[in-house]
Amino acid sequence: MNTELLIQLLVNGTIIGTLYGVVAMCFTLIYKSTKIINFAQGEFLLIGAWVCWWILNQFDISFIFAFLLCLCFMMLLGILLQVLILKPMIGQPIISVIMVTIGLSIFFQAAMKWIFGVAPQPFPIVFETKSVEILGLNVQTAYIMSMAISLVIMVGFAWFFKYSRMGLAMRATAFDQQVAQSMGISVKRVFAMSWAISAMVSAMAGIVVGMVNGVSTGLSHFGIKVFPAIILGGLDSIIGAIVGGLIIGILENLAEFVDGQYLNWGNMYNIAPFYVLIIILMIRPYGLFGTKDIERI
Amino acid sequence: MSGSEMLPCGDFRTSYKADSTIFSTKWIRMSAVLTIVGCLFIPFIFDLYVLNLMIQIAYLGIAALGLNILVGFTGQISLGHSAFFGVGAFASAYMNNQWGIPVFLAIPLAGLWTTAAGMIVGIPAGRIKGLYLAIATLAGQIIIQDFFSRAGWFTGGAYGALAEPVTIFGYVFDTDERFFYIALFYLVIMYVLGTNLMRTRDGRAFIAVRDHYLSAEIMGVNLTKYRIMSFGISSFYAGVGGALFAHYLGFVSVESFDLLLSIQFLSMIIIGGLGSVSGALLGTVFMVLLPEVMEFGVSLLATTTWGDIPAITEGLAYIKEMSIGLAIVLFLIFEPEGLAHRWSLIKSYWKLYPFSY
Repeated sequence: MNTELLIQLLVNGTIIGTLYGVVAMCFTLIYKSTKIINFAQGEFLLIGAWVCWWILNQFDISFIFAFLLCLCFMMLLGILLQVLILKPMIGQPIISVIMVTIGLSIFFQAAMKWIFGVAPQPFPIVFETKSVEILGLNVQTAYIMSMAISLVIMVGFAWFFKYSRMGLAMRATAFDQQVAQSMGISVKRVFAMSWAISAMVSAMAGIVVGMVNGVSTGLSHFGIKVFPAIILGGLDSIIGAIVGGLIIGILENLAEFVDGQYLNWGNMYNIAPFYVLIIILMIRPYGLFGTKDIERI
Repeated sequence: MSGSEMLPCGDFRTSYKADSTIFSTKWIRMSAVLTIVGCLFIPFIFDLYVLNLMIQIAYLGIAALGLNILVGFTGQISLGHSAFFGVGAFASAYMNNQWGIPVFLAIPLAGLWTTAAGMIVGIPAGRIKGLYLAIATLAGQIIIQDFFSRAGWFTGGAYGALAEPVTIFGYVFDTDERFFYIALFYLVIMYVLGTNLMRTRDGRAFIAVRDHYLSAEIMGVNLTKYRIMSFGISSFYAGVGGALFAHYLGFVSVESFDLLLSIQFLSMIIIGGLGSVSGALLGTVFMVLLPEVMEFGVSLLATTTWGDIPAITEGLAYIKEMSIGLAIVLFLIFEPEGLAHRWSLIKSYWKLYPFSY
């Protein structure tokens, strides 16, 4: 048994897992407040990464500045999507809501391919050292930064929902829209905010992944990979999203280890999470932390 | 074909038979028969390009009707329809190549094979619904696609499988002109079956499950049975469509049956109209013609001086893909009831012409 490889894969899994967790969190945020399943989450990563890449290549400005500009753009995009496209969907059946986000995802994916091409593009170098050694393991600097950013985002989310006025309003809206509205909360603004935050945070994740692997269409796979994480953690639980993301990240790396060392079936890295997804849906569809659906007649 | 058509004044239905009739007047029945007879002459009139599009419409339309039975009539969302389309294609090619079953028989048998596959997937799906079902079928699509690339004995793996042309009594349907009749035959049969299914007890049960599953259960509709049955029927349609696809192209490869095709099937029924038999066909026509229209538009742009830039002429594939996404979004916002609804509006506008109130 190759212990070193196993540990390396576990570390990678944890880091990728936190990224899944962040994306899943954004997904859950939208689902909680607007009851919309966003199939275009992966495209937020893609758009964010490409826009940041474009700004960095086009203008001679520092990374932090480009990063902030990109976030502003994503905020506008999120609000625009909510106002123009998802608002008319309120009250429509589930299939329409799902399909409209799928339509958006196809549109954005093709548009990004059209504008930026299909070849992966390397990100301009942000850090001088490419990788550092921690406890005898090679870890890329960008991964450490991604870990740090993810943790900051998670703490930020916790603070936002516990103490800030807007966060409390969002929680109230998620709990009961009508009551929230009659207490003077602008539900429209809450909806727009949740899309804006979700788009911004996803874009951060996209930029981080882009820095490590280069920016390419492959980024949008995150949008599909995130489903097992969400179902595992529970569709409407933010903590569940983080835990689910971590578990799926570690699990797919473990699957790759077992596959590569013993089974040699191939492609288990991509497929294993979906088997988990089906099993979870069979035995516990509300996931680890989600609220159980109780039906009244 | 649907019961929501406008009736002439004074025509009241007095029996259940009259209420559930497919053709409400003699004229409609005659024109339907005449349309089918007219279709028989299509290969003599149009060129290969049009014929190819029509055959595409036929096999995709059959599969789309299956999806409409599942999504539009029973209300079960499936993101994995192209996987079943693929099962049908591979099953038909496999039965013909390995067991020597004649192709004409292999096509409906492939439908039955796919029905079995669909019902197996449908058993877990009988327990979950709505969003969860959509996500579960998405996982199913990915898993079955992975199975295709693994199961070399069944699909030929990365090389794909060869499919023989249809042969009846030594007569080979290998050109587009000849295959058109096979496709038309199946299209008519499957659509007549589909329309009739919705008039039966089972069809009404499907609609009851969609409209309010709790009420349906209280009325005595067995939810699990009808959900699984709906999956089975929809897979049968997908299987027949897929088998036609295989024997038309003569070659089936693993890559054809991806998530994008599933989404295209869904967009066909949404654009055509959920819960409408004729809508499935209308939507298929729209989705098959959309890329062609885009190609035409791009070639028109290329003749102008400002439109003849590489960004447009070389980006044709992406423009086609974007147009699919855009069509879905625009239809859902502006015409959520689909083309079938729009068509009936146009018809009633002309019927009532000067006095539309």
